[in-house]
Amino acid sequence: MARPAGGAIVGAAETTKLGVIKDQSALELHAEAARLAVADAGLTLNDIDGLATAGLPVITVSHHLGMRPRYLDGTYIGGGSFLLHLRHAVAAIQSGLCETVLITHGASNRSRIGRPPRITDPASPPGQFEQPYGAFTPPTLFPIGVLRYMKKYGLTHEQLASVAVAQRMWASKVPRAMFRDPITVDDVLASRMVAYPMHLLECCLVTDGGGAVVVTSADRAGAGSFPKPPVFVLGAGEACETSMVSTMRDLTTSRAFVDASTAAFAEARLGPPDVNHLMVYDAFAHLPVYALEDCGFVERGQAGAFIADGHTRPGGTLPMNTNGGGLSYTHTGLYGIFLLLEAVRQVRGEAAAQVPNVNVSMVQGVGGMFEAAGTVILGSHDAYTG
Amino acid sequence: MTTRTATSLQAKPAPTPTPETAEYWQAAARGELRLPYCGVCEQYVFYPRAACPTCWSTELTWTTMSGRGRLHSYLISHIAAPGFEEDVPYAIAIVELEEGPRLMSSVRGIAQTPEALVLDMPLVVDFEPRGDVMLPVFRPGPVDDRG
Repeated sequence: MARPAGGAIVGAAETTKLGVIKDQSALELHAEAARLAVADAGLTLNDIDGLATAGLPVITVSHHLGMRPRYLDGTYIGGGSFLLHLRHAVAAIQSGLCETVLITHGASNRSRIGRPPRITDPASPPGQFEQPYGAFTPPTLFPIGVLRYMKKYGLTHEQLASVAVAQRMWASKVPRAMFRDPITVDDVLASRMVAYPMHLLECCLVTDGGGAVVVTSADRAGAGSFPKPPVFVLGAGEACETSMVSTMRDLTTSRAFVDASTAAFAEARLGPPDVNHLMVYDAFAHLPVYALEDCGFVERGQAGAFIADGHTRPGGTLPMNTNGGGLSYTHTGLYGIFLLLEAVRQVRGEAAAQVPNVNVSMVQGVGGMFEAAGTVILGSHDAYTG
Repeated sequence: MTTRTATSLQAKPAPTPTPETAEYWQAAARGELRLPYCGVCEQYVFYPRAACPTCWSTELTWTTMSGRGRLHSYLISHIAAPGFEEDVPYAIAIVELEEGPRLMSSVRGIAQTPEALVLDMPLVVDFEPRGDVMLPVFRPGPVDDRG
């Protein structure tokens, strides 16, 4: 069945450096990623007529790059913002608002050069109903439902730790990953407690870096005028649930994950068995557990055993977070662009830890702390036309 | 925002009530936990707001809760929020009130350990001063016979 006219990623790049970057501001990391992604597409500044970004204002990034875009998207939901940007860009291109959209990310989250401050207004809902209880950063908020999940489904500490172990196996194959030495479940459980039940190795890195992608119409991408194989957007979804993780309707499942992934699968006319490769936003080790269930890859309560049994590791049935993820590769605060970039590399066939024959790659992003979600299903030309 | 040095002991953050939440905080100052109730949906609304998020009815009735609840989930932070430097490790809890709503709170009067903090243990509300308001917190409570 022919798919509706869609969009495709024709340029993709990360900043040259990743991890600890002392000589570039957050804004310049946006800009370097942008220049590299546009070059990767074989295009120049004048070919770009749309800009989407998060973390810094879209006007700031546009001005810094010397752009005059006719399409702007500053949608911000947190780390998964870039997945929404991609969905919106495809719709904008389809409707003729623009032809080629650049999506950028840059963050100096570790070195804090030109990084906007994080302030919670004491009159906001979290300022009134979370912050007074000593909840103030992601580790003190995001895992708030994990113990309830463990009691409901019997997830063990060892199974949760196995998420970090599996991802380190992938990272050991990835030269750009920040942490590459293999670890065991015992290593994870022996690491410093950050916020019980989460140990240090179950929490993401804090790094500097950036990334960008270039999006255009599927027709133009399919015409074969770009240096790299285009990566087609087969389907996408977006959703939000709550402004406070403490008020999730059910602390053991993300409604936003369910809604966004359901929409993406419906648009792509695909289901979980069609997915060869999965990227899940892993700010903490429990996110892949929730996502595998909320996106329908496994039954409720089965994700911990699925991961501990090795299904997401190298050689497993569902390769997941093949760059090492936020736990081992990098995590700049708004990690979502790196999910997309690894999915693009896998579909192109140029990943450091390449999975054979990736035709369909799914990217599941979170916004805030289970506050929102974005899902994108990417595919090869064969998947797009098939 | 004031600049603080790393060594000075900071005040714990205090909430700033808004017109929609003022009754919640004024009731807390009297030692009551009150929430708006939607008679259409037959449910309490947390956090307080002007209309029911299910049906958008603005006919909400402020109602005093029993103050009884259970420990629904929690984590134990080993990193100190500003003002919590002398409290680590400390639990951040989700309490499910017997009337249904769940809210974040602290659990006082009990060791902040996984061994002491058992999910679904009964709790009762208490209040402690914070800035210009009284903050709802919880303590271990008697086991009620309604299970």
